[in-house]
Amino acid sequence: MSAKPDAFERKLRMIGRNWGLYLLILPSVILLILFAYKPMYGIIMAFKDYRNALGIMGSPWAEPWYKHFERFFSSFQFVNTLRNTLVLSFYGLLAGFPFPILIALGLNQMRAKKFKRTFQTISYLPHFISTVVMVGLLSIWLSPGSGLIGNIYRLFGAQAPNLMGSAGAFPHLYVWSDIWQHVGWNSIIYLAALAGVDPSLYEAATVDGASRFQKLIYIDLPMLMPTAAILLILSAGNIMNIGFEKAYLMQTPLNSFTSAIIPTYVYELGIRNAQYSYSAAVNLFNTVINLILLVTVNQVTRKTSGNSLW
Amino acid sequence: MDAGLNQKTKNVRDIRSDLVFNIVLYSLAAIMLVIIIYPLYFIIIASFSDPSAVTNGRVWFWPGGFTLEGYQAVFEHERLWIGYRNTIVYTLMGTLIGLVINIPAAYVLSRKDLVFRKFLTFMFLFVMFFSGGLIPTYLTVRDFGLDNTWLVMVLPFSVSIYNVIVARTFFQTSLPADLWDAAQIDGCGNLRFFFTVAVPLSKAVIAVIALWTAVYHWNSYFNALIYLRDENLQPLQLILRNILITNQMQSGLGTGEAAALMMRRANLMRYSSIIISTVPIMCFYPFVQKHFNQGVMIGAIKG
Repeated sequence: MSAKPDAFERKLRMIGRNWGLYLLILPSVILLILFAYKPMYGIIMAFKDYRNALGIMGSPWAEPWYKHFERFFSSFQFVNTLRNTLVLSFYGLLAGFPFPILIALGLNQMRAKKFKRTFQTISYLPHFISTVVMVGLLSIWLSPGSGLIGNIYRLFGAQAPNLMGSAGAFPHLYVWSDIWQHVGWNSIIYLAALAGVDPSLYEAATVDGASRFQKLIYIDLPMLMPTAAILLILSAGNIMNIGFEKAYLMQTPLNSFTSAIIPTYVYELGIRNAQYSYSAAVNLFNTVINLILLVTVNQVTRKTSGNSLW
Repeated sequence: MDAGLNQKTKNVRDIRSDLVFNIVLYSLAAIMLVIIIYPLYFIIIASFSDPSAVTNGRVWFWPGGFTLEGYQAVFEHERLWIGYRNTIVYTLMGTLIGLVINIPAAYVLSRKDLVFRKFLTFMFLFVMFFSGGLIPTYLTVRDFGLDNTWLVMVLPFSVSIYNVIVARTFFQTSLPADLWDAAQIDGCGNLRFFFTVAVPLSKAVIAVIALWTAVYHWNSYFNALIYLRDENLQPLQLILRNILITNQMQSGLGTGEAAALMMRRANLMRYSSIIISTVPIMCFYPFVQKHFNQGVMIGAIKG
């Protein structure tokens, strides 16, 4: 009717003109649909009694629908795995959070260029060690017979304890080996944030007679806060997603009291014992808790610091 | 006069506080370096040492009873080399596929004039925080007939949201918008622009993402554990687990001379297999390191 094209038509024309863009993004969208979104539909098996022969659609609904959840909540593994999962992630989050910031602040103050570069190269190295090798390293270092810890205890004429098989030591080993491995790497992102500091701020502070330590506290540290807030939200969104691999590899019958976490429980039930529906239900519980935590922390940091993911 | 004197005492104080600051800073850094390096150095010297010297605590700074037995044992371990070959294939293919899938997606999502941009971005971000979980994913892969094939190691999970975000932010911040406008006037299409302008200008971010993807595949363990049963398909990390962890738990079970010899062998291989499997990826990374600070990393946060 009118000569003015409506919004829909304009959109269509834009898509037609930019067809190349849609072609470029097509492969990743297809993979996401097939291997990320299609499995989400499979979540309904948590409310069914899944049988291989019948498929997800054909399998009968669980009676009552919350049967598998009820079983999980009333099992003794529920309290145990949930506690272990929360302990490991909160411990890791709190202990691991300050160190990369401190390293970035320190590196930023180093004037000796060569030393700084060497320090960076070396501190990033452990990040490239695989989880399997990392756990292997731990068991070598901590082996009471040979290994570093054995050496040190022998110096004092004592018998080293078997830390890898100790339930009490597991959370500490898990968290501190993680810090050892990734602290240098995690500092990169803060260094990048510090590189963006306006030099005139330092000049002004020098004129006002600020010492280097004062500049670090009053200029550098506040500059890192937005980055720190975002990283905090992101890691809060992964509280329940702590690495399956490392806990699984470090797990022994001796330490399972503290090392059995929800992801290893899901693996054991689902892949080892083929209890598909029950395993999917435990997994779904984990995912939902995770999502709730993410939204909550995002909301809190937005209110308190103005930084948020969305 | 007075002001000048004040200035002078102030400078002296500055220099002294600077000195203290530097001493604290560099000693802390030195302590940290020792904490990082020494445990790794211990593995290197232990790999050249006689196992009994290691067990008796005689290895501190130099190899004790120098021997290459450990490396010999590794070289004779056939399954380790099958794993090595598989891992090289998975790493090369996986990195190639990863770049082909993720870099174009990142570029497209960086374009402000993209219709459905919000929807597509949400589609990518959502899977970071919500997933079907282990069993539904496993069943999906199985239904496609991909389990226990080499393809499962390189294709289904090659979309990396994190890498897409990093590259997208790089495109947004370092590719000027008028570049595309100018190219468009010259009659350049989207595909040609991407391959001849955007990609060559983004070598830094592509290098970093290639490294990350390669490291991920080299170290990958989980997918092989879940999806591969065929021994001839197993990657290095699964074999390493047997050498480093599973054997360790079983050692000490047997008795007698044969068991002692087996244990000696197993002990020797622990150190050398770590060196053999970890050194290649560590040699690769310093070449890419110079890009880490070039505005690439900031992409991880501005997303």
